[in-house]
Amino acid sequence: MVTTTLRPRLSPRRAGEKLRWGNPVVYFIALIVIALMLAPIAYVILGGFRTNAQITTDPSGFPAPWEIGNYLDVLFGSVFWHQVLNSTIAAVATTLGAVVLGVMASYVIARYPFRGRGILYSLFAAGLMFPITVAITPLYIVIKNLGLMNSLVGVILPQIAFALPVTIIILVPFLRAIPRELEEAAFIDGCSRIGFFWRMVVPLATPGVITTGILAFIGSWNGYILPLFILNDAATFTLPLGVQAFASQYAVDTAKVLAFTSLSMIPALVFFSLFERRIVGGLTGAVKG
Amino acid sequence: MTIRTHSPSQRRVNAIDESTGAGTIVPAPARRRSKGQSWRTRLEIIVLVGPALVMFLSFVIFPVAMAAYYGFFRWKGYGAPTDFVGLQNYLTIFQDSAFLEALSHNGIIVVLSLVLQGPAAILLALLLNRRMRGQSLIRVLIFIPYVISEVVVGTGWGLMLQSAGALNGFLEKIGLGALAQDWLSDPAIAMWTLMLIITWKYIGFAVIIFLAGLQGIPEELTEAAQIDGASFWQIQRRITLPLLGPTLRIWAFLSIIGSLQLFDLVYIVWGQYIASTAGTSTMATYMVASGRNSGNYGFGNAVAVVMFVISLVIALLYQRFVMRRDTEGAITESEK
Repeated sequence: MVTTTLRPRLSPRRAGEKLRWGNPVVYFIALIVIALMLAPIAYVILGGFRTNAQITTDPSGFPAPWEIGNYLDVLFGSVFWHQVLNSTIAAVATTLGAVVLGVMASYVIARYPFRGRGILYSLFAAGLMFPITVAITPLYIVIKNLGLMNSLVGVILPQIAFALPVTIIILVPFLRAIPRELEEAAFIDGCSRIGFFWRMVVPLATPGVITTGILAFIGSWNGYILPLFILNDAATFTLPLGVQAFASQYAVDTAKVLAFTSLSMIPALVFFSLFERRIVGGLTGAVKG
Repeated sequence: MTIRTHSPSQRRVNAIDESTGAGTIVPAPARRRSKGQSWRTRLEIIVLVGPALVMFLSFVIFPVAMAAYYGFFRWKGYGAPTDFVGLQNYLTIFQDSAFLEALSHNGIIVVLSLVLQGPAAILLALLLNRRMRGQSLIRVLIFIPYVISEVVVGTGWGLMLQSAGALNGFLEKIGLGALAQDWLSDPAIAMWTLMLIITWKYIGFAVIIFLAGLQGIPEELTEAAQIDGASFWQIQRRITLPLLGPTLRIWAFLSIIGSLQLFDLVYIVWGQYIASTAGTSTMATYMVASGRNSGNYGFGNAVAVVMFVISLVIALLYQRFVMRRDTEGAITESEK
């Protein structure tokens, strides 16, 4: 899979060329690496199928017998689903906000000639250098003064703002790549810039929009420090806060914590497997030198 | 900023387009038709950029500016700050051995991340950069830890690495019980444990972007070298690595900034108090522990400012001296 969304592949695979099996040494190394990458995940998932007694007597063993109660407890309790709902609301709203605002701003930066658009671009791009950690204390105060503490809106708005730099950096080249002739033809036919935006830009930018949308979604879904500061009421917890709260509340019940943790992993993994090509391809396109 | 999104050739084509567009044969663009049009254009610019700009300024730029202001006060976080203390907070920060320790941990994390992750990821990318069956599956599997949230990673690893945890249990089972350690709370080991978790979590990202960089290297070059009798490693060292330069420098930049800001993993695995005794505290955990968690918001803001300035200085120096050749024109290009 060689998906580069922004740039065509330099040496396309010739049609009909069969994929070779590689060197066995390479497979062997790859196998070891993959085992190392997946072992901790397997530990979490398998641990959920064990009892605390099993974990205490043999911390690294397999479930024997397999115990499904931990997972059922989590799945039939309301806490987990409530947090999934909160995370979903926050992530969907963040994604929509970042994409809509990002496309609009990128369109201007990419296609409107005006003084200061270089500065505008640099301003947004500079945002990339400062992850949320550095702004978190003052951000907390801003949100508090806006009266948005303990509300998902207080998480969503900053998340949109912090997703904008990546969104704009990925989308601007996309929108700039639309041929000028197309635009001029549209104008001659009496299409306004805004009309052109809706009819041509939005459809043509879709691949870039999907990539940036995925990045915003994952960023929000996994976000920890912002919800930690803004959400103190357990009813508003998103999944990461929920996992941590659960882990400290049931500190002695390791098996149950592992079950909760592995269930909270599933939405991200499903999402990733659906969009894997886009995620990897999007990174490939965006970061390429 | 830094991430190059245009190949030089694309940029050149754009420039030509623009110069002919303003030229003679092609009809002038719509914006020059009348004066009313230009007002309309301005309105469009404001309507389209406005919302994003307002969001960005209010939730990214404004908080940082406010931090600089609040950092001059002794302030508990409610009411308007009144107890102006000037640079006192900053003096306190740099005289606090706990902060200096945290700062040095950040430094160690920056260096070790570069030294451990970089070469490992390059080797992996070189190995995987060939057409073979299962390549995409391998790529995806290596990337999975990057997608899982820090909280899940931290909780899982934290439980696994307890002294009565799975790793020590496993070591005993395979007869290496002598290697069992107090992974989390022994200050001599905890930093390496942290690096293990960081490497596990973020190496997939490095491999993916290195693979992307490798695919941008024309195959003709390596083929020609092969015909001239160069060995596999000669090709990698003389052709592939130099051409991977830009990707490498971008990854290093992201890695450095990430290491300076590290918070989630430490805070989750070590909690707010153990990190400092285990030797894994970072500037960000210090900020949260000494600011928010003890109610000294003025002080917390001053720490945020220090982190901000350190990151900014390093970012600017890095761009000035390391990435200059990569970013030339990447930002200014839009002013053409």
